[in-house]
Amino acid sequence: MAGLHFELVSPSRLLFSGDVASVTIPGTEGEMGIFPGHSPILSTLKPGVVTVYKDGGSTDRIFVNGGMVEVNPSGLTLLAEVAIPMAELNAEALARQIKDAEDDVADAKSDEARRKANEALEHLKAMKSVT
Amino acid sequence: MASLKDLRNRIASVKATRKITKAMQMVAAAKLRRAQEAAVAARPYSVRMASVLANLSAAMEGQAGAPKLLAGTGKDDVHLLVVATAERGLCGGFNSSISKLAREHADRLLAQGKTVKIFTVGKKGNDSLKRLYGKYFVEAVDFRGQKAVNFENAQDVASTLLRMYEDGQFDVATLFFAEFKSVISQKPTALRLIPADVSGGKPADLGGAVYEAEPEEGEILAELLPRNIAVQVFRGLLENAASEQGARMSAMDNATRNAGDMINKLSIKYNRQRQAQITKELIEIISGAEAL
Repeated sequence: MAGLHFELVSPSRLLFSGDVASVTIPGTEGEMGIFPGHSPILSTLKPGVVTVYKDGGSTDRIFVNGGMVEVNPSGLTLLAEVAIPMAELNAEALARQIKDAEDDVADAKSDEARRKANEALEHLKAMKSVT
Repeated sequence: MASLKDLRNRIASVKATRKITKAMQMVAAAKLRRAQEAAVAARPYSVRMASVLANLSAAMEGQAGAPKLLAGTGKDDVHLLVVATAERGLCGGFNSSISKLAREHADRLLAQGKTVKIFTVGKKGNDSLKRLYGKYFVEAVDFRGQKAVNFENAQDVASTLLRMYEDGQFDVATLFFAEFKSVISQKPTALRLIPADVSGGKPADLGGAVYEAEPEEGEILAELLPRNIAVQVFRGLLENAASEQGARMSAMDNATRNAGDMINKLSIKYNRQRQAQITKELIEIISGAEAL
């Protein structure tokens, strides 16, 4: 079987679609390497990095903030709400954003606002932990 | 009869209106393209989500302990209608057709003796339903002062819905929005959100193999279903955004054309009257000279 058909979709667009050599994904119960011809599997993801090994030997690293993955004979489909290429993540900028977010949490006036600020903070921390 | 000056003013004002409607039409056309792209870009996600859900629920079939979001509460007494409309008017029948569909739905449910609750998303639907159905309102949000809806908005709506569902405030939730067919046709649609409608997705052909699930199917479903609600709401909002611009574009196109027709009619009337006046003055001068 030649190549693994990999699709990365977020609610706002189709981020990646094509044949690749293999993909490593951060499953809730541990990292998984998916190669062509993998048996059908469904799994949830934890925030982490998806590594795509392309045919030419080059790799793409993409941060996802949780999501879910489905492998069936036609390929691998990854559904993620947030997916950012690692190249676009910047440790310093993130550190600054985390600080802002912490201030937001401290300043939040209502429960609703605090919940939101906390969510944003968690999200940023998850991103920071992989850079 | 209107004087020449009145007619002149009238023509000037209709011309100004035509300019505005023309500009609105062009703005709507530009926004429509963007909204349409967003709606199209969001489709793969909801399609894949639907097929994953269909696969999972097929695997779960017949098993006890299916999540409440899929199986429902077992009752059908309290209905929540989520009515998504636009923030602005001047878009033809767009807002009214959505609220009309919601109204018919509400009336039917009320006639069956069910309890109806209404959750409006967007200002216009709120305005048009307030008078008759205001007493059923439980929640209202709008996205005024925001350029375009994003996934976070949908998540907010979804989390409100989930919270209310957990509290047992309703049994069935239905989303009302206008599906974008084309620029001239938008179809008001009712979509059942809770319990989840999985009939739309097609399970993938595994060739006899069975999915391995990690963690358990039930756990995945429990995580996926709330997410699915956000996705469906998001899809509804995006379709709505595209439909709104489409409806506004054709409404403004009509308005521009009508204004043009009106200007033509008024100009003919103006010219006739001017000529009549000149003729009258000439007759007065000639008959005055003859009398001497």
